[in-house]
Amino acid sequence: MDDKKISRRTLLGGVIAAAVVPMKATFAKEIQKGLPLDEEIREDPTKVIGLGPSAVGKRATFEAPIRKFSETSSRTPLQDFYGTITPSDLHYERHHAGVPNIDPNQYELLIHGMVESAMKFTLADLKCFPSVTRLCFLECAGNFRTGKEELTPQDVLGLTSQSEWTGVMLSTLFREVGVSPKATWFLAEGSDAAVMTRSIPMEKAWDDAMIVYAQNGEAMRPEQGYPARLLLPGWEGNMNIKWLRRLEISDAPYMTREETSKYTYPVKDKIRMFSWEMDARSIITYPSYPQKVQRGWIEIRGIAWSGRGVITRVEISTDSGKTWADANLQSPVLSKAHTYFRYLWSWDGSPTEILSRAIDETGYIQPSLKQLTDARGAGGGYHMNPVTAWQIKADGTTWFKPEKA
Amino acid sequence: MLATMVKVSAQQPRNVEKTGTKTPAKYGFGRTATLKEISLLDIDVRPDGKGLPAGQGDALKGKALYLSKCAVCHGNNNTDFSTAKLPAPMLVSDTSAKSRPKAIGNYWPYATTIFDYLRRAMPYNAPGTLTNDEVYSITAYLLHANKIIKQSDILNAETLPKVVMPAKKLFIMDDRKGGPEVK
Ligand code: HEC
Repeated sequence: MDDKKISRRTLLGGVIAAAVVPMKATFAKEIQKGLPLDEEIREDPTKVIGLGPSAVGKRATFEAPIRKFSETSSRTPLQDFYGTITPSDLHYERHHAGVPNIDPNQYELLIHGMVESAMKFTLADLKCFPSVTRLCFLECAGNFRTGKEELTPQDVLGLTSQSEWTGVMLSTLFREVGVSPKATWFLAEGSDAAVMTRSIPMEKAWDDAMIVYAQNGEAMRPEQGYPARLLLPGWEGNMNIKWLRRLEISDAPYMTREETSKYTYPVKDKIRMFSWEMDARSIITYPSYPQKVQRGWIEIRGIAWSGRGVITRVEISTDSGKTWADANLQSPVLSKAHTYFRYLWSWDGSPTEILSRAIDETGYIQPSLKQLTDARGAGGGYHMNPVTAWQIKADGTTWFKPEKA
Repeated sequence: MLATMVKVSAQQPRNVEKTGTKTPAKYGFGRTATLKEISLLDIDVRPDGKGLPAGQGDALKGKALYLSKCAVCHGNNNTDFSTAKLPAPMLVSDTSAKSRPKAIGNYWPYATTIFDYLRRAMPYNAPGTLTNDEVYSITAYLLHANKIIKQSDILNAETLPKVVMPAKKLFIMDDRKGGPEVK
C-alpha cells in the first residue's frame, strides 16, 4: 500500500544493482543465481590456501540475494530460499515513518491502565523473565501484488518472512503487573516517529502473544523492532508493534488510524475492520518468473502458511487448475508458520499453468480470486489471499499469471 | 528447540512455569512507574473521549494552521483532486460512501481518531510539535472541510466525542473464524 507516494522521504538511497542473473548448469538450471564477483575464485581451490577465519561471516561471493525496496517497504526474495527461515538481513520491512535508532540502555517498556501497579521494564528486566522461543511467520496485511506477467515471487508475495523469535510471554508480564480481570483490550504503542498504535483484544495476550527481543538467535534487527517488539503469531504484521514502548490495559478498543482508515477493506457496501488472522495461502517459488525450465522431471517447490494454525494440506495443479494432487509437506509442520512443500512433476513440454492451494486445520481452503471478489466485491485491498498461477510456455519460460478481479 | 515438543503441530509455547519449577506470584523484575512518567507517554484518545486534553479550537484557526503546516504534502483542498499528485494522502472528500478519494468524510468512523493521529504523528516531518489547541483547530478544519461540522463549531474534550461520523455506519467487525466458507 501507499508505495507510490514516494517523494516524502529520503531515508533510503541508491538503486539496487542488477547483480542477479541466471547461471547455466545442467540440473536445476535456473535455481542457483548470482554473479562471480572475484575472478581469483576461479583458480583451482585445491591448489591455493583459502581465506583464514574472520570476525563475521559473509555469503559466498556467488550469492547475492537482495530485498527489493521502495520508500515504505522492502520485500523478501522468496525465490532464493530453500527452507523456511528468512535470513534476518532479508526479512521484509514495512514501517510508517522509518526505522528509529533506539539505545538499548535507555529502553523502557511502560505497562499501565487497568492494572494493580503500573510498571516500567528495562530491556534487562525483560530478559530476566522466563523466556520462550518459537517460529512463526510475519506478513503484511497488504501482501499481494498482481497486474503483469513479469513478477517474481518476491514481487507478488514478498511482504512475508519467518524467523525464530525469543522473548517473554505477554501473559507472564500481565500477571506481573496484575491486569484487571475486567480488562478486554490493550493498546500497543511504538516509539518510532509514527508512534504506531493498535488495539489488541486481551484473549491474544492470554493465548500466545509475546514480547520478543531476539530473532534467529541473536538480538533482533532494527528493521524488525530493536530492541523489543510485540509478536502476535498469525496476526497481521501491523499489529505486531515494533520498537514497543507502552502497553495500556483498557476495556475498549481505541480505534486508532491504523485500524480504521488503514488495514480495513470494502466487503460489498460495508467496510470490514478488525481482520486479525492472516488467512491460509501459498505460493510456488520454483519454478517461477524469470526462470526457464526444461522438459522432464521438475520438483515444484514453495511455501504455505495460515494465521489460524497448521497447514494440513497443499494441493498442486499442473494442468491449469483442472485436477489437483497433494504436495509433500516438509516436517515439522508448525502452527502459524511457513511450511515448505514439494511436488515432483514430469513436464512433457506442452504449455500449461501450475498452481498451489493451501488448506489449514480449520478446513479453510485458499480461495480463487473469483471466489474472493464474489464474496467481497471488486474493491480489493487488504487480506487478499487468492490462489496464484505460473504460466509455463512451450519454450520453458515461466511467467506470472495476472488475473483480473 | 523443537525436538522437545510433544506435538509439533500445535506450536504453542506454553509458559515455562508449567513445565518445571514452581512459579512465583511475582518475579519482582521491573519497577513501579510514576504518574509523571505515565502522563508523559499517555497520549492516546478513545472514541468515548478518554484521553482528550484541555483546550479548544475551531475551523477558521485550523485552516490557517493547515495551510502553513500541512498543505505542502496534503494539498490545499481547493485544487482538482483528480489531477493532483501529492506525497501524502488526500484528507478531504464529502460524506457520500461512493465518492472518492477515500478520506475523512467518507471513510473515518470516529472523529477522535483524527485528534489522536495528528497529535502523535503529524506533521510528518515534525511529529509531536502541535499544541493541543492547534490539534483541536486542525481537527475542526478537517471535519468542516469534509462537510461534517459547521465552521463556527468549537471543538474541545466535550464536543469532539459527540461528532457523529458519516462513515461509522459502514464499518463491520470481521466475524470469520476459519472453516470452509469464503467471506
Ligand atoms: C512532509 C509531508 C507531510 C506533512 C507536512 C504533513 N503530512 Fe500528514 N501525512 C504524510 C504522509 C506521508 C502520510 C501517510 C503516513 C503513513 O502512510 O502512515 C500522512 C498521513 C496523514 C493523515 C492520515 C491520512 C489517512 O488517510 O489515513 C492525516 C489525517 C494527516 N496526515 C494530517 C496531516 C496534518 C493535519 C498535517 C499538518 C499538521 C500534516 N498531515 C502534515 C505527510 C505529511
